[in-house]
Amino acid sequence: MSNAASPKTIETNTFNLMAFLTKHATLVALLALIAFNVVFTKHFISIQTLNVNLTQVATIVIVGVGMTLVIATGGIDLSVGSMMAISGAIAPLIFLGTAVHISEIHLAVAVGMIVAVLAAGAFGWFNGWLITRFRIQPIIATLVLFIAGRGIAQVSTNGNLQPFKLGEFQWIGLGRWFGVPVQVIIMVVLVAIAAWVLKRSLFGRQILAIGGNERAARLAGIPVARVKRWVYCISGLCSGIAGLVVIAINSSSDANLVGLGMELDAIAAVAVGGTLLSGGRATVTGTLIGALIIQLVRYTLLANGVNDDVAKLVKAALIVLAVWLQRHGRS
Amino acid sequence: MSFTTELKVARDMVSATASQNTTLLSMQNINKAFAGIPALTSASLEVGVAEVHALIGQNGAGKSTLIKILTGYVSRDTGDITFDGGPFQARSPQDAQAKGISTIYQEINLVPYRSITENICLGREARRFGLLDWKTMHQEARSLMARFNIDIDVRKSLDSFNTATQQMVAIARAIGFKAKLVIMDEPTSSLDEREVNVLFDVIRQLKQSGISVIFVSHKLDELYAVCDRVTIMRDGRTVKTSDMKSVSKIELVASMLGRDIAQVSKHATAFGGRKGKVGDVVLEAKNLSAGHKVQDISLSVRRGEIVGLAGLLGAGRTETARLVFGADRIHNGTLTLNDKPFKPREPIDAIDQGIGFSSEDRKLEGIIPDMSVAENMTLALMPQLTKAGIVDEEQQRVIVEKFIARLGIKCSGPSQRIRELSGGNQQKVLLARWLAMNPKLLILDEPTRGIDVGAKAEIQTIVKELADQGLGVLMISSELEEVIEGSDRVFVLREGHKVAEFVGKQINEAAVMTAMAHGAEDNTIGQEIKP
Repeated sequence: MSNAASPKTIETNTFNLMAFLTKHATLVALLALIAFNVVFTKHFISIQTLNVNLTQVATIVIVGVGMTLVIATGGIDLSVGSMMAISGAIAPLIFLGTAVHISEIHLAVAVGMIVAVLAAGAFGWFNGWLITRFRIQPIIATLVLFIAGRGIAQVSTNGNLQPFKLGEFQWIGLGRWFGVPVQVIIMVVLVAIAAWVLKRSLFGRQILAIGGNERAARLAGIPVARVKRWVYCISGLCSGIAGLVVIAINSSSDANLVGLGMELDAIAAVAVGGTLLSGGRATVTGTLIGALIIQLVRYTLLANGVNDDVAKLVKAALIVLAVWLQRHGRS
Repeated sequence: MSFTTELKVARDMVSATASQNTTLLSMQNINKAFAGIPALTSASLEVGVAEVHALIGQNGAGKSTLIKILTGYVSRDTGDITFDGGPFQARSPQDAQAKGISTIYQEINLVPYRSITENICLGREARRFGLLDWKTMHQEARSLMARFNIDIDVRKSLDSFNTATQQMVAIARAIGFKAKLVIMDEPTSSLDEREVNVLFDVIRQLKQSGISVIFVSHKLDELYAVCDRVTIMRDGRTVKTSDMKSVSKIELVASMLGRDIAQVSKHATAFGGRKGKVGDVVLEAKNLSAGHKVQDISLSVRRGEIVGLAGLLGAGRTETARLVFGADRIHNGTLTLNDKPFKPREPIDAIDQGIGFSSEDRKLEGIIPDMSVAENMTLALMPQLTKAGIVDEEQQRVIVEKFIARLGIKCSGPSQRIRELSGGNQQKVLLARWLAMNPKLLILDEPTRGIDVGAKAEIQTIVKELADQGLGVLMISSELEEVIEGSDRVFVLREGHKVAEFVGKQINEAAVMTAMAHGAEDNTIGQEIKP
């Protein structure tokens, strides 16, 4: 009898382990990566390493928060990089006094930042409007701004590079609060708010319901169009903030470069993080972990002398693995 | 059933040499189950050479599965198919096409932005010296279209023509592939009357040139216009096959619904013994119209009244309900709710006014599969459970647990994912979604479709009790017993028109079926009903 029972127990155990692994695959992978580095990478356990990795990842995660919400509704936002460029172009125009002159520098910076972020949010709202008003597929609708957005940024700066050295502004990319880089604090706060909204608020349920079954959601009285517009607007706002961080780090705004390729990094983070790309299931903390994994893999490879081009291949393999795990988890 | 079919086959065989009416296709004892649930049980279908054969049945009767097996979309579990004198097995739709069976779907599956020639010749392009031979291809396309007396520029892109023409192109393409059998799946659903006539001419031409047609349609009149024989399916079985000439419309309806006209079974549902009093009018619809699916339909629902909407597939029942709920746009007509004008633009407007709508397609329009029982149940109620944007989960839990107990929903708890529940329990959750908001009018579209007998009776009992307590219910059902025994009033729709209204004792199977089959003009119950 005990003979008959023991294989069964083993089977249940392996099953549970497998279920646990697929459910928390991202977290397990992150911990494994950290463990690997603790053993094999020199000087890994240091505040500096932590800060380097976190600052590298902050803008991706900030954009990824909005992207997670967009993907949760079953959409996608290709225009995030361009909206970063727009925000990055507008802020210096104001605080450098090129467009409007505000003599008090703190006020100029504040107005510049707010207007820049709101402008990106407005463009995001425009994405949502295109998608809901004309029933255009999100990938096409956001392609419009993906292409045009960088042009808008270029035109508004006359194609000029805007260099600056301005502590009153650059704290957002270079400053530290209690020893923690400011953009990392912004990232953590945004992730916390979004995770909480997704889990506890009416808006969060509506997002997931739309992503899970849009027709059913509409018939249950959910204002599908309004929710979608807000979600794309939030994606724009997040991109706007990320754009400010990037130009602050660079000490200049180059409309050609700010946020270039960001859409792919953000989508990759969301995918690796375990959010269902077809919508209906989303995790913002997953996106944070996903971005950290991608960053840490790259860091690990570079720190151990592997070429950056090879690191890109590994990143691609990670995405494939994440998507495979999603499918595996479903069936 | 199979015995008579065999007799008929035998007779066809005997007369074959004389009339050239041999069998082209024979499907026998076809069985197919999806995930253990039988879709086809010993189904059969026989089509003669140069015969136009109608295939009819309710939703879920097994028509599409049978056709999908024939055309290689799905494989059969067991059964024999012979086609054109030999055993037949299609590995894919392309394979079926190569072997002489072409299908023309409701939504035409051609390439809209390419020319007519390219569409007709796609997959068997003429080549000369390795290049496309456009001259030959245009010529062939032109001559194929000319067979239908259609003279058009075959170089123009397909999407510059109307649906009817596109359908002709699809048929021409089938003939170009040397089809011996053409399957038409509701080909007339998007055609106007004149176009339908053109199509019928084409079908007759196909017949003359020795091509057989399987014609799937819900419009019974059309069957009489072009079909030689008809096969009726129900619950995955072939009910019968007969000559079109020797079967009446009412017989077709009776066979589709599975009613033996001679013996009407009583109390097949849990609806018996209504106690409630019918009160004031809750909803009144006057002359509702939207497209050609809903034309000039008027109806009303009172407090405590169950109003049945009867009709065949495509009669406009769901479409009418969706108009009332604000899910589709009303073109003409007015709605009055509790004596006030009511103009819903979106479902939320109807919900705000206390109307609930349970859709006919649970998977497609009902459940959010990845969400929990609790979230699915409170989806419509959620705004009322929300304070300052945050959902009051305690209040939510209380409501959900109340309805789980009240409706006897079998689940591991409020947080279980709804996708893991049985169909009947999912349906109860969706019912609770609307009951939780304490509605004044509840629209139920096929409330018991695809759920087991026990759950069916439970849901019927719940609906009855709700009506007894004063709820107005508008119920659509393709199950005749449900409409007959459950309703205080029945409206019969047919091809987008309201054709009859029955109240109380007037409601009986014969009357409702006659109206479904014939419409208003022969509403007097005729001799045809005799077995």
